[in-house]
Amino acid sequence: MDYQTSAILAKYPRGQSDCLIPILQDIQEEYGYLSETAVVEVGRHLDLPSSKIFGLATFYNQFRFEPRGRFHVSLCHGTSCNVAAAPEILRELEKILKIRPGETTRDGMFSLEILACMGACHLAPLIRVNDNYHTKLDPGSIGDIIDSYITGEE
Amino acid sequence: MSEKIHIPVEKEYLVNNVLLNESADLPVEVEKILRFVRKDKVKHPVIMVGTGSCGLISGAGETLLEINKYLLDRDIKADVIETGCTGYCSLEPVVDVHLPGKTRISFKNVSAEKLPFLLDSMLNNIVPHEYVVGQYENPSLELWKDVPLIGELPFFAMQYRNLMKNWGRISPHSIEEYIAAGGYRSYVKTIRNYTHEEVCDIVEKSGLQGRGGGGFLTGKKWKIAHTAMADQRFLLCNANESDPGGFANRSMIESDPHRLIEGLVIAAYAIGTSRAYIYIRSDYITAINRLEKAIDRAQYYGLLGYNVYGSGFNIDIIVSKGPGAFVCGEETAMISSIEGKRGMPSPKPPYPAISGLFGKPTVVNNVETLSNIPAIFENGPDWFMSLGNKTAPGTKILTLSGKLNNQGIIEVPLGTKVKDIIFGAGGGVPAKKELKAVQIGGPSGGFVTSENIDIPYDFDSLASVGIYMGSGGMLVLDEDCCIIDTVKYFMDFIQKESCGKCIPCREGTRRMLEVYENITKRPVDENGHATLERFKGVMQLESLASVIKDTSLCGLGQKAPNPVISSLKYFRNDYEEHIFDRECSAGVCKELRLFYIDVEKCTGCTACAPKCPVSAIIGTKRHPFFIVEEKCTGCGICYDVCKFNAISVK
Ligand SMILES: Cc1cc2nc3c(=O)[nH]c(=O)nc-3n(C[C@H](O)[C@H](O)[C@H](O)COP(=O)(O)O)c2cc1C
Ligand code: FES
Repeated sequence: MDYQTSAILAKYPRGQSDCLIPILQDIQEEYGYLSETAVVEVGRHLDLPSSKIFGLATFYNQFRFEPRGRFHVSLCHGTSCNVAAAPEILRELEKILKIRPGETTRDGMFSLEILACMGACHLAPLIRVNDNYHTKLDPGSIGDIIDSYITGEE
Repeated sequence: MSEKIHIPVEKEYLVNNVLLNESADLPVEVEKILRFVRKDKVKHPVIMVGTGSCGLISGAGETLLEINKYLLDRDIKADVIETGCTGYCSLEPVVDVHLPGKTRISFKNVSAEKLPFLLDSMLNNIVPHEYVVGQYENPSLELWKDVPLIGELPFFAMQYRNLMKNWGRISPHSIEEYIAAGGYRSYVKTIRNYTHEEVCDIVEKSGLQGRGGGGFLTGKKWKIAHTAMADQRFLLCNANESDPGGFANRSMIESDPHRLIEGLVIAAYAIGTSRAYIYIRSDYITAINRLEKAIDRAQYYGLLGYNVYGSGFNIDIIVSKGPGAFVCGEETAMISSIEGKRGMPSPKPPYPAISGLFGKPTVVNNVETLSNIPAIFENGPDWFMSLGNKTAPGTKILTLSGKLNNQGIIEVPLGTKVKDIIFGAGGGVPAKKELKAVQIGGPSGGFVTSENIDIPYDFDSLASVGIYMGSGGMLVLDEDCCIIDTVKYFMDFIQKESCGKCIPCREGTRRMLEVYENITKRPVDENGHATLERFKGVMQLESLASVIKDTSLCGLGQKAPNPVISSLKYFRNDYEEHIFDRECSAGVCKELRLFYIDVEKCTGCTACAPKCPVSAIIGTKRHPFFIVEEKCTGCGICYDVCKFNAISVK
């Protein structure tokens, strides 16, 4: 994907360092992740070394450095979901997708992320794939859910 | 076509007759109109759907689409309204139906498929009793027969709803409904009549303590910031809600965003600032959207901006999206984050109230603290004092989750007994299981057991058993839950979220996590010094905990050992079982399980052996197989694939 950060940067003409996080958030919202080129451009705009920007971005959980997959899987690992077998769901997801949280599969189909409480603890454990929720999961059903997205795509 | 029916109330009407009218009671004819605005009375059927996060995830979005389709197909005139969460999350999606002349009635678990049946019945005045939750009492309307009153259900009966008064009743999208329910009147009255000092005094007199966990007197904090010499001050609302099991602040914003905004602007007036930030977690998308929309509406009503209603008070609200870090809930870290730096805490003093954002006096308040403000001005500080108990006035919003019959969000006076909450509103533990513990306060909190469950829920009582109240999360654990695993989860969380600035927290929590990993893991090779290390580690947990507590820079590290200390105190047996017997009776610590194959039942079908990830199963086809104990990691895959029930846990 080609990066067009200039439109985003133009929204922050002041170029002060307290714009840095909002700029990165806007870029991520638009493109799904922060690419190296984007970080360099932001650095030029704000007059900051890219190492500083990477240092900041890696500190926060929100920022990703790999493109999202076509299906972005978010697993809730909040306290209630932990009690309700979220770790097993995670293990299943890692096993089936062969990626770890924060990564994207080679074919660009799936990416995985862990979130804290999604606010629906009564439905624990749950995952979200793009905008669809799958709730009260049992680890054995993960394979079928992932398969349904693969076949839906074909 | 189902057209939207709006009562013709205009901005000017509400501003002139409601907001600028400072008498305690509004004229009867105004009150009559407001009743329609806030849907206490309706002229056409009104259908309300709870669309908090809990509702949306349960399928309220589909239900909403189905309602619109239903009305469109049948050409029925009715209003469809999105409300917030009622708090009774386990009944979502909740749909309310309000027919003219009758009381409003609430239904549970209304999925899109069930909706046509529900509306078919209700629009013909037949109540489908199997879906009923209850009806809202309203003296001027006719009650439905054989339908319980909502206020009398066990979940609601013990609650005192002040902060949650509007939840599930009015639409979070409508400022008109909020105003009609009494909103923004305290604010307008306050900025037109009181001085900054008077506002601080009233809040101090009410005894309101910060709900972000610390419990500092809010009025006092405001005074410090207000009297500090500076050309500029700031107000920050802490909506980071960093507890990994907390969702109360999120629901407050999703269900009644204007209450927070009203509290925020009164606070801004009190400390004399024109700039207030709301620092909210970026993944709270629904909440952010509602908040931004609410701010727009308040701006449109002239409640924000320049010279509000001629009072000379200027106020701007900025929504700052927190990029997700637990430590950013800590006030100094949050300030760094807003300044565009890494969210790392700095030593206190100086406290933010003296030197905070950009070096200026800054008040940081939690969402719930600020949401309490409007009612204090509406009903007076003495009213607030009369709620709760002596050391802790007011109410507290709690989230109930885990092994409970009724899960959701409740509001109770501070000082309510934990037992009454769990067995009253919570409805007890399902499936006749034994209660094992109640985890309070998330990763900074601790455990209450069946022995001390009589304890009142307030800052001091909880502190007396080593629990930091934190965000108001209550997680109920039953006999199938493992305390060690839960503590390990918190340690893992804290260790990942530690910002790394100070050594005790960065290294100490890592060491603690290692101890927990050791005791929940089956070492492949037991003859080395692993066993010794395990014992040593556990023996050192207590001293490690006290060092981390005493020497960490910020609250994250200082409170990180709380779950450890609390569990060591109340659950010695669980530790001993994990360390000495190497087993987890709850069956949660998977790696401690050992499987064996029953030679009588095993047919030698070979289903299990190729599935074993560590090749621990050996044997020859059509003869019983065998599990090599030393290799088995207890994953349970063989147990799941065996068709003959030949594999069991030792
Ligand atoms: C690690 C850590 C996390 C915190 N997280 C939150 C939080 O999520 N929300 C919050 O309101 N306060 C949180 N606090 C407390 C804040 O530092 C601060 O005391 C509070 O926002 C003050 O507001 P109050 O006086 O209204 O309670 C946290 C503190 C620490 C040490
Ligand atoms: S912990 Fe997963 S939804 Fe709350």
